[in-house]
Amino acid sequence: MNNPAISVRSLWKVFGPGGEKIPGNRELSALGSAELLERTKCVAAVRNLSFDVAKGEVFVVMGLSGSGKSTLIRCLTRLIEPTSGQVLVDGNDVLKAGVAELRELRRRKVSMVFQHFGLLPHRTVLDNVSYGLQIRGTGRNERHAKAREIIELVGLKGYEQHYPDQLSGGMQQRVGLGRALAGDPDTILFDEPFSALDPLIRRDMQAEVIRLHKDMGKTMVFVTHDLSEALKLGDRILIMRNGEPVQCGTGDDLVGSPADKYIEDFVSEVPRADVLTLKWITRPVADSTPGDAAVLNSRMIIRDAIPAVMHSSCPVLVEEGGRITGQIDRDSILSVLQPAEAAA
Amino acid sequence: MKKAERLIKRTLPAMAGAAAAALFLAGCGGASVNQTAAAAGASGTPCGTVNVAMNAWVGYTADAAVYSYVAKNKLGCTVVQKDLNEQVSWQGFASGEVDVIMENWGHADLTKQYITDQKVAVDAGPTGNEGHIGWYVPPWMAEKYPDITDGKNLNKYASLFTTSESGGKGQVLDGDPAFVTNDEALVKNLNLDYKVVFAGSEAALIQSFRTAQQNKTPLLGYFYEPQWFLSEVPLKKVNLPAWTEGCDSNPETVACDYPTYKLNKVISKKLDDSGSAAAKLAKGFTWTNEDQNSVATDIQGGMTPEAAAKKWVDAHQSAVDKWLS
Amino acid sequence: MSALVQERPTAQPAAVIVSEPRRRPSRRTILLLSAAAVWILGFLVLNGTATLALPASELTDLHRSLNQFNAWVGANRADNPLFLYVFTPLRSAVDAVANLFTTTFAATATGLRLPEIGWLGTVGLLTWIALAVGNLRVALLTAAVFVFFGIQGLFVEATYTFALVLTSVLLTLLLGIPLGILAGIYTRVAKVITPVLDFMQTLPTFVYLAPLALVFLIGPASAVIATVIYAAPPVIRLTAHGIRRIPDNTREASDSLGTTGLQRLLTLQLPMARRTIVMGINQGTMAALSMVTIAALIAAPGLGQTVIRALQSLDVGTAVNAGLSIVLLAIVLDRVTTAASRRAEPGAARSRRLGRRTRNIILGVALAVVLAMVQLSRTMLWAAAFPADLNVGPQIVQAVNAASHWLQSNLSLFTVSLREGVTGAILNPFQSLLTDTPFYILVMVFAIVAYALGGWKLAALTTACLAVIIFLGLWSDSMVTLAGTLVATAVVMVLGIVFGVAMGRSDRVDQLMRPLLDAGQTMPSFVYLVPFLGLFGATRFTAIIAGIIYAAPVAIKITADGISGISPTVVESAVASGSTPWQVITKVQLPMARQSLALAANQGLIYVLAMVVVGALVGAGGLGYDVVAGFVQSSIFGKGLAAGLAIVFLGIMMDRMTQAAAAAPARSIPSKTTA
Repeated sequence: MNNPAISVRSLWKVFGPGGEKIPGNRELSALGSAELLERTKCVAAVRNLSFDVAKGEVFVVMGLSGSGKSTLIRCLTRLIEPTSGQVLVDGNDVLKAGVAELRELRRRKVSMVFQHFGLLPHRTVLDNVSYGLQIRGTGRNERHAKAREIIELVGLKGYEQHYPDQLSGGMQQRVGLGRALAGDPDTILFDEPFSALDPLIRRDMQAEVIRLHKDMGKTMVFVTHDLSEALKLGDRILIMRNGEPVQCGTGDDLVGSPADKYIEDFVSEVPRADVLTLKWITRPVADSTPGDAAVLNSRMIIRDAIPAVMHSSCPVLVEEGGRITGQIDRDSILSVLQPAEAAA
Repeated sequence: MKKAERLIKRTLPAMAGAAAAALFLAGCGGASVNQTAAAAGASGTPCGTVNVAMNAWVGYTADAAVYSYVAKNKLGCTVVQKDLNEQVSWQGFASGEVDVIMENWGHADLTKQYITDQKVAVDAGPTGNEGHIGWYVPPWMAEKYPDITDGKNLNKYASLFTTSESGGKGQVLDGDPAFVTNDEALVKNLNLDYKVVFAGSEAALIQSFRTAQQNKTPLLGYFYEPQWFLSEVPLKKVNLPAWTEGCDSNPETVACDYPTYKLNKVISKKLDDSGSAAAKLAKGFTWTNEDQNSVATDIQGGMTPEAAAKKWVDAHQSAVDKWLS
Repeated sequence: MSALVQERPTAQPAAVIVSEPRRRPSRRTILLLSAAAVWILGFLVLNGTATLALPASELTDLHRSLNQFNAWVGANRADNPLFLYVFTPLRSAVDAVANLFTTTFAATATGLRLPEIGWLGTVGLLTWIALAVGNLRVALLTAAVFVFFGIQGLFVEATYTFALVLTSVLLTLLLGIPLGILAGIYTRVAKVITPVLDFMQTLPTFVYLAPLALVFLIGPASAVIATVIYAAPPVIRLTAHGIRRIPDNTREASDSLGTTGLQRLLTLQLPMARRTIVMGINQGTMAALSMVTIAALIAAPGLGQTVIRALQSLDVGTAVNAGLSIVLLAIVLDRVTTAASRRAEPGAARSRRLGRRTRNIILGVALAVVLAMVQLSRTMLWAAAFPADLNVGPQIVQAVNAASHWLQSNLSLFTVSLREGVTGAILNPFQSLLTDTPFYILVMVFAIVAYALGGWKLAALTTACLAVIIFLGLWSDSMVTLAGTLVATAVVMVLGIVFGVAMGRSDRVDQLMRPLLDAGQTMPSFVYLVPFLGLFGATRFTAIIAGIIYAAPVAIKITADGISGISPTVVESAVASGSTPWQVITKVQLPMARQSLALAANQGLIYVLAMVVVGALVGAGGLGYDVVAGFVQSSIFGKGLAAGLAIVFLGIMMDRMTQAAAAAPARSIPSKTTA
């Protein structure tokens, strides 16, 4: 990957007394969580993690509670001090940054949206959104003008003078989003931003993020415990368990070829047809297939291919980069729609 | 609501203008009343401010009231009275909080500390009163038990004086813990089967003795003269081993009766050095036990101390003139 | 009918259920019972031996050497660098501030002793301030109360008290808020400060008056310093608490935007802690008022002096008149600071009826009027000194005195027999149980109880506290004090449970009681001594009553909150299963409010203990008397100091023991033998 926005190398975060010794210690670093706790009274929340986030990518970190994903995202701007490793933002090592440098990074480059919003109750929406600008010393008029722009962008026009506790949860998170956007950072970190919201509002907010990403093209690192949210938003998804990476890849990589039983269980409930692309069910072209059969792109989502395949009397060809890679037919589609029966 | 707000906005500035005008007019008056009053005060030598300690017995109040009245009305002093405990008042000489103590009962230790050592106070001479402290019983008891006035017989009567507060022993009722007292030590050193219980104040002592005489209930208590109450109920003194020079020098081992106190006045060095007429008045002040009792009786009867003082001063012009000359 | 018949058999199984799981007595019960047995046995067999009684006139060597401190200060005041460069300048500085406020509001030392701002100006100015920081209602209250002071004939006294409270509160905030901020931000500072605050708050107010007066001399300066010491702990604590309780996520959100420490303090911590800090100011102000009143004993001018004079002349009328002033001043200070804290609530601005502009205009206009009033009060005599013909103080005093005489003469039979009955039947036997048992038996008993409640650590602490008390030479007096304190606390708890349950169960009772309790809590302890002195005379009983009155409101409130805090579903389910109200109270509400009850006992005890010294002014013996006597008699100064310390250690011991009782689980974990 060329010039990744964020690059993480061998990152460790160990909580507990003497935790800094564990990453370098071969024996201890190999222990499981329970043994580690018993032997050292330490908890390794992030273990030897490495990944890159490309510019403009939506990178999702997913895992159950306690998997270390929230710790990880806080390590990126050192809201939690990592124990060891390397975090490069635009090629600069965050862990080596001085106080002032780190503050600059937080003020201009990377901002964050929080699960519980973290709004200041004594400030109006306008003052909350312009808070970051105030912190970096922007004049009152300028920051208010910018904040009004952002408030309109996140759909809160008319609520500038309201206080957070007068707003619904979804609207509060729009303020949180606005606050993160106001400083015009390159990267926005999201820590389970929508998990405290109602399902309907959550869907709206997800759409909002997708829209903003399309409009502004910012790099996003998004932490969630909700697989469907991860699949919906993520260009790539990192699945964590007990502080360790389990698998990293695109949504259909995870669903199509789960790395282990853990991920398999995880994705088992996912409606595969909504996630997988044709590539996963492509079979070699049979001799009987007519050459003039319909052709579909291999990156097409299966569900979108259903009408074409079902209405065609013969199998449909699949192409990738202008080359025919195989064919699919009604049976292959049905096997995805009814995975249980297909397995049986 | 909106309308009211608009109304307020429109009318208030006008009101502010009016108020400012009033302020301006009032300001024309110029000097503050304090200065005016000070200038209009008594002629002659400026007296300044005198801080008079007010200890908590009526006899003292009588002395201090007459002193304050004369200082204020004849000398034009500013008199500030401060309600303070006896010994705490002495500390006031050091801090400048107190200028005059009008009736001092002995206190050799304080005299040494503040007059001899620290030199912040000066003895202003006797008040003319002689003070006696002792143990007293109501007159009905002296009649019924004639030998009770001899301290040696106290243990014989101890059971008469038991109360729920005295833990099975006889009770000696004391006044304010702040008063000059050796009673705790006396009980111990004379091997008396008694316990000292504090009534808390002169007023409480007087009330207890009054009730005891009225209801013919037994009571043994701390009391003193000059004291106006003795003319209402002539308490009988119980004789403890007679006082001899030095027998009460150690407060822990004292085993004798109280001495006769030559009551005196004490003033601050500061007041003395200022040459103020108030210092002169304090030094000149003397009167008799009868004088004090007459003022104290008036105060006790419901007159304000100031009125009682005025009454006495009006009737004794020549004596007052003598203090000032 | 059939339903009634059917109900009967169900009662029987219920009875069986109650008696069936006859649990073996827990280890704790066994320990407590054995402690009681040791105590009673020791009392019966060894009665009167090793009681460590020290006659009131006697001193120990320790007391004598503490007396030396007194002499040392006197001898070194003039040339010791500590005095030259620390104490004396500090005193002068505080004195200057106090003087500024007293001459402004109360009286100058010259001429007619009129203050810089006469009564009209003072009323106007204070009303304006109340309007500016609070609202119209508290402003009107302020105006009414200050005018009423004049009508009572106590305007000068009240403004003196007010000026000293103002001085003390300003200095307290100057000291307390920065310390509170530090303690809120840095855990290490908090760790250092907390025990000091604990100590300061267990220290009865009276105890440090004597040493302070010795070092700083009597007068307003010492009074202010004593008040600052008393009022600072709540300010520091609440400021720290306000900062500490800011949610992590808010702080994190602010950090994620790159705030500096100072920016965090100014934009996040202070604004969000503002309401709690103002609550601290409220509590500090109330504490200051109560201390300024007591500081009259070291020549603080004001209402306290009037109360003391009344106390000494048994003048109930004057005491009630001055007491009323103090209560009214307390109410004004409380309401204004509470209104200010409401105003400080996040987002309070939006619910205001007037816009900011309009409000500012009103305030500006009002200020102009007030300045005119101030100017008038500096030039016109009628506006400077409160008109004497409006003064109805003497009439109030006479009326109250008449009523009190009537009460005393008509109730004396009742009051005397009540006092004698309680003293003879409860107080004396209990006190002799404590004072006549050998000290080593009692130390053992306390250690066992402490062990049962809180394990070895608590037992060690208790023993250490008792050892200090023995070392101070005041064992017997401490036991006298403990007896009175425990009796008063027991009564406080009975009141707490009875009224607390009634309040917790009924909103109407709650609404009726709250204002009374609030008034009881805002009233400085000093005030109600005199009426009780009139009714009961100077006895331990009076002191206990005073302690009860002082401590009951807090115990009742805590109990009521505990009862009403029980989840309604639990009560509902108990009612639904057919419990009688009595059963609901005894089987559900009281057991579930157990923690609150223990907390109420803890607080009740501390409050009673705080009252012990003040109670000595109306006849309590023991340590309280030692402190008071040490304060007024220089020959026993050292003993008074030692007694003050003994109260502190007694307080720490009782506090930790009741806290342990509150923290311990209701049922001890079954021991291995039964499992």
